[in-house]
This record gives sequence, structure tokens and C-alpha cells, in this order.
Amino acid sequence: MNGKTLLEVRNLSTWFGPQDRPLRVVDGVSFHIGRGECLALLGESGCGKSMTALSLLRLVPEPAGRVVDGDVLLEGEDLLALPEMAMRRVRGRRLSMIFQEPMTSLNPVLTVGYQVGEVLARHHGLGRRARRRRAVELLAAVGIPDPARRVDDYPHRLSGGMKQRVMIALALAGEPDLLIADEPTTALDVTIQAQIMELLGRIRRDRHMAMLLITHDLGVVADHADRVAVMYAGEIVEQAPRDAFFSEPLHPYARKLFAAVPGFRRRGRRLQTIPGGVPRLDQAFTGCRFADRCDEAWDHCRAHVPREVSPAPGRTVRCHRFDPEVAAPPAAEAAPPAAAAAGAAPAAGGPVLAARGLAVHFPVRKGLLRRVAARVRAVDGVDLELYPGRTLALVGESGCGKTTVGKALLALVRPTAGSVVFQGRELTALRGEALRRLRAHMQMVFQDPFSSMNPRMEVGAIVEEGMRALGLGDAQRRAARVRALLEQVGLPAEAARRYPHEFSGGQRQRIAIARALAVEPALLVCDEPTSALDVSVQAQILNLLQDLQQKLGLSYLFITHNLSVVEHLAHEVAVMYLGRLVEQGPVEQVMRAPRHPYTRALLSAVPVPDPQRRREIIRLQGELPSPLSPPAGCHFHPRCPEAMDVCRRDYPQWSEVEPGWRVACHLQTSDVRSQTSDSSDSGI
Amino acid sequence: MSGNRSQRPFWRRPLLVAAALAALWLGLPPLLGLRGVYLATDVLLFVLLAGVLFLGAWMRRQRHLREPWRRVFHQKRAAVSAVVLVVFAVIGLADSIHFRKPLPPAPGAAETAWSVEVLSVLDVLLAHLREREEQTYSAPLATRLYVRQPVERGGRQVREYPRLRHGGAHLADPERQWAGDVARLALAGAGGGLALAALAALGLVLLLARARGESLARTAAGVWRGEGPVPWRTVLATVAVVCAVAGVLAGLSLHYHVLGTDKVGTDVLYLSLKSVRTGLVIGTLTTLIMLPFAILLGIMAGYFRGWVDDVIQYLYTTLNSIPGVLLIAAAVLSIQVYIENHPQLFETATDRADLRLLALCVILGITSWTGLCRLLRGETLKVRELDYIQAAVAFGVRPFVILGRHVLPNVMHIVLIVVVLDFSGLVLAEAVLSYVGVGVDPATISWGNMINGARLELAREPPVWWSLVAAFCFMFALVLSANLFADAVRDAFDPRLREQPA
Repeated sequence: MNGKTLLEVRNLSTWFGPQDRPLRVVDGVSFHIGRGECLALLGESGCGKSMTALSLLRLVPEPAGRVVDGDVLLEGEDLLALPEMAMRRVRGRRLSMIFQEPMTSLNPVLTVGYQVGEVLARHHGLGRRARRRRAVELLAAVGIPDPARRVDDYPHRLSGGMKQRVMIALALAGEPDLLIADEPTTALDVTIQAQIMELLGRIRRDRHMAMLLITHDLGVVADHADRVAVMYAGEIVEQAPRDAFFSEPLHPYARKLFAAVPGFRRRGRRLQTIPGGVPRLDQAFTGCRFADRCDEAWDHCRAHVPREVSPAPGRTVRCHRFDPEVAAPPAAEAAPPAAAAAGAAPAAGGPVLAARGLAVHFPVRKGLLRRVAARVRAVDGVDLELYPGRTLALVGESGCGKTTVGKALLALVRPTAGSVVFQGRELTALRGEALRRLRAHMQMVFQDPFSSMNPRMEVGAIVEEGMRALGLGDAQRRAARVRALLEQVGLPAEAARRYPHEFSGGQRQRIAIARALAVEPALLVCDEPTSALDVSVQAQILNLLQDLQQKLGLSYLFITHNLSVVEHLAHEVAVMYLGRLVEQGPVEQVMRAPRHPYTRALLSAVPVPDPQRRREIIRLQGELPSPLSPPAGCHFHPRCPEAMDVCRRDYPQWSEVEPGWRVACHLQTSDVRSQTSDSSDSGI
Repeated sequence: MSGNRSQRPFWRRPLLVAAALAALWLGLPPLLGLRGVYLATDVLLFVLLAGVLFLGAWMRRQRHLREPWRRVFHQKRAAVSAVVLVVFAVIGLADSIHFRKPLPPAPGAAETAWSVEVLSVLDVLLAHLREREEQTYSAPLATRLYVRQPVERGGRQVREYPRLRHGGAHLADPERQWAGDVARLALAGAGGGLALAALAALGLVLLLARARGESLARTAAGVWRGEGPVPWRTVLATVAVVCAVAGVLAGLSLHYHVLGTDKVGTDVLYLSLKSVRTGLVIGTLTTLIMLPFAILLGIMAGYFRGWVDDVIQYLYTTLNSIPGVLLIAAAVLSIQVYIENHPQLFETATDRADLRLLALCVILGITSWTGLCRLLRGETLKVRELDYIQAAVAFGVRPFVILGRHVLPNVMHIVLIVVVLDFSGLVLAEAVLSYVGVGVDPATISWGNMINGARLELAREPPVWWSLVAAFCFMFALVLSANLFADAVRDAFDPRLREQPA
């Protein structure tokens, strides 16, 4: 807590919808931010984080929503009482905001420099020359290479990370006192996320700027926040300094959030989940909002609204357990420790699926005759083996081709070269009816649970579709199987009569899993099945996938960029970079002591929800190159901190570290010493 | 897909209704001693009606279609325009039931001979308008002709405006009695119309009360206060206005030509009402013909891409580049030549005119599918990339099943919006084409032909304005209500305009 209070929010309430039954999206939120301080607002989707931020700026979409109560004091000046004209001087100049989605936050028909200049003209009244000079300075400040040239570029020529940098430059142009960052890195890859978060931290220190960081990621909070406020169902349930919060979260909801994070520590065990969902916000609560999902709730919780109490200086919590005026609860029976799952089934027999030299090239056609002008080498020579009952995780940044690998294995995309052998049959040679029949044995679970189901079909018909297409059973038997499947994934059988939009993201993902299981596949390709879900829901889905694997002996190809999920779930891991695998091996070894510089950088960039565990982030320069023209030699060398001359010339061969663990890196072959030390090699 | 949601299949009730109507249509004329005439457009129009019935019954079961339609009818402007459209549809359908009367038996003839005149139910209802022909032009509500004519008076030839044969013929002294008589007839008509509207309101309240299981008084009060999601009060107000206007027209038409007469002395009100059917036929049948092309080719091009897409795109780009009017003119003229060369194929003049009308629909349909096809291709390109299509492919679902089960339902909103929007455009197209002379047969009564006939008379001094104004008013009412309705449909179906749940 440094400096005096910059922003104080008292009892802020923002309601949506009809007057008679409003949704209390933000309901009596109070917090304060000091000068130069970073407050993290933590919570799952739909708990009112973004609406709180928009209310501060008075940007709540009217007339649907309205700020009904509260004060927002910026150095003693009540923003909610200001006329709109004066408010416009506050926005951008004193309070600035960065939005979640950099792709849509920039106007595509104006140059980057113009958009930055607009803010400069508005708040500083700079002339054209001065504006341009300042815009270049700002772009340089946010780490955009060659800013003098980039200033005239249009947004579509920038990558996602670059756009987010431009957004930050825009937000900084007014030199605000407080920067509101609404999930600034959710849409970005971990390595880019690390760059952006580091940039924000540096700017904050240099300018002594306060920041309200809105996020759902405990790891990001641990790295960057000074204090944490946890939001649940429109309310702040706990506020604490960061270290105190991470060493001992008080509110049951916060503790549950920690327990739901996957990783090595809970490997092989079931993750804690939070049962049920966020309560409807169109009611006046008579008890604790979390009571229905809380293991430790007792009668008192349901009958009385908890007040905010302060168990320690600088900490507040809204829970009856910490209220000295509330009689001690009946001793909570300790939750039975989750049954430890049986160890991973050993790899028995040959692989279910083996890919050799798999390549998918997309031709880029140009001109009148549509001649192939170039090839996008989305996948360029990938070897994979999947064993029964095992999980292979395929990790890499977006755009590295991992989804294409999944689709090529299922013959949803025709491979350009290579072979895929599934249960002893060559898939790439199959056509038509033979391929159609084999499809029953391998299925896919998609990333986005909202686009993966036909909104016009009932859930029952969706689940049944595969069985119908393959002509399995008659109508009655299929209906019975649909009911059984829905129950197997933890949904009521009545769900079959409803439409997908009536379900939440997690429930939809369960339906998607039921649909895939309907045809009794041996192999399930899961394409980022939890990346669109909140952490507590993610835990439910991961548990479900683990249970199913044990019960049915499924093999998973788990495509993800979330390394903590990999640590939790996978047996083997394959790291992919620009269409090729760079490291492959058993998950414990690879994750504990990665050999390839890219794997190391990737792992170091993952934020860990533990502020004590200081780690050195290996910063990667730049971003993923275009697969249209991959760099010569090792594809990774332009970003590699340990690149040598040979890396620029030749693509490295596979070298085996241990049986079943191989790396494609010159460091492995050229110098044996690098096996004993992970530090960079300077001998060459 | 969801056949067993309720025990009865959705098509049971519409099938019964359609079968009963078809039996009536086929069986009633012989019973009445008439000979039914089933023109091609009549049959298609009623098939379309049956199709709409089935589609409606099917859509009631589909929640993703039922909800938007419910939203459509919760909007006031949509309810008003729907009432007007229903009135037009009833007129058009009444004009689509044709028959021929028997001629008085000729001595010695064993078989009944049938009149060559093909009449419709509407003709019978409007018999007093159809049969009371004047000599030539007369102004609306006039008692005398619009042109001076030589009249024999006391052995001398004088040129004067002679009294009409029918218009105001019951008046002894038209100059003094006219105003009072017109006012009396109009008031009586309006009163009758309003009484009818009151009856309709009573019937509606009765039905609503039964459906809701409420008391009559409570339902009536609810409707009066405008409660509930469906704007029944607005519907009833519209019905009252329509009934009153119709009542005034009917009352006056007992003794006058309300909208005057045309060159050959036919009542213009009669012509305008008969034109409704032509407009409806063009607007609806064209769509019916165009839909299969547009839907099938559009989603095929978007889904299969590759050479299929190339072929379909070249096809509609080429078709679009031919000037539409030229293509239509060429086709209509060749059809006309065919008709003239094969007179033995047609029993009556009505048959001939009807074939030409149908031909016009076909040609308009063939030239107008490209727009919808293009839209559907674009939307399908978007939809095919969605994960649920990929999932279906991964299950080995056959391509055409994917088209029918996954693609089509998800582009259906576009089809609905375009069909309703196109309707008004086609009604206007008929008028323009008939004006140019490549539209419907000159013997077919249509707004286009009315305008065509009136265009020279506007140059007269004083001008004959009523044909044009009458055609304009009727077309305006139909097209405006169709457009308003289309707007409401688009608002309800367009996901981007849908209210976001907070």
C-alpha cells in the first residue's frame, strides 16, 4: 500500500434489465486503489468484473444497464456526479482502459499512428508533427520494433500481440493516473502474455501509474498485483494483500479457486470442483451468495447476509466464519479426500494410432488461373504415437499447427504427405465408405462449446447423430443410449429434450463429450476443450475426462496451450513449433527439465499462482514467424536465446535424451555438456 | 429429428384441413351444377397455401423458428400489416376458384354446353360491379358520363353529358339528391362494416377466453387495455378500420361506380380487386419457383466449394449479366408465339392468359434466384467452418444429410427474410413489365395493365386520373404492408438485432 488513495469506490451498484426485476450485476462493491498500486480484480466469468470497470468510466451500455448507487471518487472528485462533458476529459486522460480483445478494439481503416494521434490531439492538443513524433515514441515505449515505420501501418498488418501493444500505447497516450486492464492477455499466447505483462509492469513502475487488473488467472495475479479483490456474483468477497492472499486465502470461494487449478501437485488425483453455478442475480439475496456451492455453509449462511469483516489489517472478507459476532459454526466435517485415481495404465501393446512424416500444406492461390503461388506449411513432418489408455498432449502457441495435426489425424483435413496408421490400417489411403465406417473409432471434442453444436437441434439429436450416421441400433436403443451417455457425463437424461443454448459452457462441453463417446471411439482428439471455460468448470471437465479414460480405456490426443492442464492430465507431451515437433517425451521429465530452448521458454512464461516461487522468465524475442516462409535452418533460431551458427544453417536432427524422450536441437548433438546443465551454452 | 416430442405427427391436422378443402374445391361445383375450372396458377396457389399450412405446423414444433415468429406477431406494425395482407390474400384466393356456368340447353343437344366465360367466386360476389357496364369513362361517384355525346332531344341532336346507365340511376334529380344519397349510403356502409368488426371482436374475445380459460369479461378488459404480448387491441382496431372502409365502398358501390369506370365502361373498383390475384400470383409463385434453385445451388456452392462452387458462381454471374428485361421480353414473346400457334390447346381465353401469367412467373423466378443464391452461398461458407459441421463430418454423416440437417436450418432465416422482402419487389415488377408490354396478357386484369391503359388518358384535358390512382392505392397498400411485415420478420430473425440477454 504505497502512496495516498487515488481512487475510492464506495458501494457501487450497477443494475441491468427491467426495473421490476433487475439483474444486480454489480451489487455494493467498495474498494480503493493507491497511487502506483496494482489491484487485481479476480473472479470467474459473469461475476461482474468488467461491469465494475465500465461503471468506473461510466461506459455501462445504456439504457439496458445503469449505475444505481455508489460513489466513485477520483482524488475526492465524484465521477458519477460529473457532467458528460467533464467525464470525457477524465476518460483517457486520468482513467484509461485496455480491452480484452485486441482484434476488434482498433479501427481497421485507420492507421495505428492516426489512432494514437487522435488521443494525443484530444488530451494534449498537440499539432500534427508533435503528434506523430509522440506516437512514434509511444509505440517504441510499448516495444514495437521499427516504430517509425509501423506508425503508418493499418491494424490488420499487426499480430495479436502487436495490436495489444498498440492498445496499451493508446491507453498510455493520455498519460493516465489509473490504467484499467480488462483481461489484457486472455486472447494471447503465454509467451506473448509474458511479454505484455512485463511491459505493463515496467510502464507502471516507470510512470508510477496505478492499475486495476481484471483477470481470472491466479498466476497473473501472483506475478503482478499488489493487492487482490475477489469478486463473486456481483460482490467483492475478499480483499487482501497479495502475499497474504496466496499464503492463506480466507473465503471458501477463493480457496476453491486455488484447489481447482490443475498442475503437477494434483496429478493423478481428482481436482476440486465447485458444484452448481453462479446464482441468478435478479433476486435480493437473503443469505450468503456462495452458500449453495459452499462445503462449509451452515444454516446461518442461508439466513443472513454476511457482512464485510476484517480479520487482519488490510484484509476484508465477507464470510460468517470470520465474523466474531456470529456463533461458531458446527464443526465442519472434513471433506473426504478425493479418491486417488489409479496410476496411469501402462502402455500395453502397440500404438492405437501412429503418424509418420505427417504434413499438411495449404496452397495459396493467386491470379486469374488460381495458380499455386506459395504453400502454407501448417504441419510439416510430424511423427506421433498414441497408446491405448494414454494421453498425449500436443502443446504449442496458436498458429503452430497443432489443431491441424488433430484434424489431419481424423482425416478431416487431407494430409499432403505422410502416413497415419490407425489400428493397423492406413488412413490416408482410405476413401468414401471405408473411411466413413472407421470414423466411429476416433472422435473430436472442440474448443468452443458454443459453435460446436448445431443450435437448431435438440441435445438428444446432437448426441444421437453419430449413431444415426453409422447406422448403430434402432431408434429406441439409440434413445436409451443417449440417456445413458448424458448420465455418464453428469447431465440429467431430460437434457436430451432441450436445446444447446439452454446450457452453460461447461455443460455444453459435457454434451460434446457425450456426443463423441456415442460411437464408442478408441481415440478422442480434444482440441483445447477447456480453454473457453472458467477454472472451476475446467476442473469438472478434466475430472470427467480422467474418469472416462479409466473406465473406457480411451486414448486422448490433448491439444492445448495450457501447460498446467498438461501437467495434470498427460502421460506424454509433444511440443510443436511452426509445424514441427521440437521435443517429445514423458510429461514428468519434459516438464521438470525441458531440453529444447523453446520448451524452456514456454514453461518459464506460464504464470504460477504462487508469488513465492520466483522464476526467471526466458524472454522470447518477437513472435511466431509465418508458416508461409519458415526461417532457414532451425525454425526457432530467430527467437532462440542460445542460437548458434549451425542453427541458422541446418535443421537439427532428432536426438534421444533418454528412451522415449527426444529433442530436435543442435545443443543436444553438438555439446554433451548441455545434458548436465540447463544453462545456456557458451562454448561454441 | 424430434418426432416423438408429442404423440401426434405435426402434419396430421394440416393434412386433414387440406384434404377437406381439396374435396370441397373438387366436389362442390358439380353439386351446384357448375363445371369447375382448374387453372394452373389456381392449383399452384392452393398447393402453396397447403405448403404454408404444413410449414406453419412444422415450425410450431421447432423452437428456434417458433420464437422469432412469436416475436414477429408481438410487434404492432407487423400485426397491422398482417391483417391487411390477410385481407388481400382472401380476395386473391376468392378470385382463384374458377368455374363455368352451363348454357341454357340448346334444343336437341344431349350434353350440357358450358359458357366460355370463366368466372371466379369473386366475380360472383362482385356481380353487380361486373355486370353494370357503362358506355365509357365516368368519374368516381358520377351520375353522368365523362364525355359529351350526341343525344337526340326533341328531334334535335345535342351534345351533352348523358346520364349513366347504372351509376346513380335511381336518382330522379341527381344534381340535388346526389350529396344526400352518397352520404346516406356511405354512413350505412360504414355502420354495417363496424357492426361486422364488432362481431369479429366478440368472436375473438370468445376464442381467447376459451383458450385461456378466463371469464369473458376479464378477457375483454385485458384486450381493451392492450395487455398481453399479442397486440390484440391493435389487430381489432385495424380490422375495424378495414371493415369500415370496405363497408363504405360496398355501400356506395350498390348504386355508384365508386372509383369510376374505364374506357370501355368497366367499374374500376372491380378491376382493382381483380388485380389483387395477379399481384399475389406473381409475388408468391415466382418465389416458389426460385426457391429450389436458390437454396440448393446456394448451399451446395458454399458447402462443397471447389469446382461445384466455380460452376454455380459462373452460372449466376452470367445470368446476372444478361439484362433482365431483355431476357423476360424474349421469353414472354416466344411464349406468346407458341400460344398463338397452338390455339387448340386452350379451351378459353382465360386459359391462354393464365398460361402466359404462369410463364411470366417462371421467367421471373429463373432470373431472380441469383440474389438469394449469392447470399446463401456466403452464409454457408461461414456456417461450414463451424465446429458442428466438422463434428458431423467426423461422424461420417453424408454430405447431403449435413446440408439438410445442419446447413439449411442455420441459413433458413435468410431465406425467410429474402422471400418476404422479394414479394413486394415482384408485385412492382409485374406492374412495370405489364406497362412496358412484356408482362401479363392484355386480357388479364392487373395493376400494370390498368396503369398502361391509363397512361394516355392522363394527357387528356380534363385528365382521367382515377384508374391510375386506384391502381396506385391498392398496390401501395399491398406493398407497404408487405414491406412492414418483412421488416418485422427481419428484425425478429436477424440474430444481430436480437436483444442480448443481459
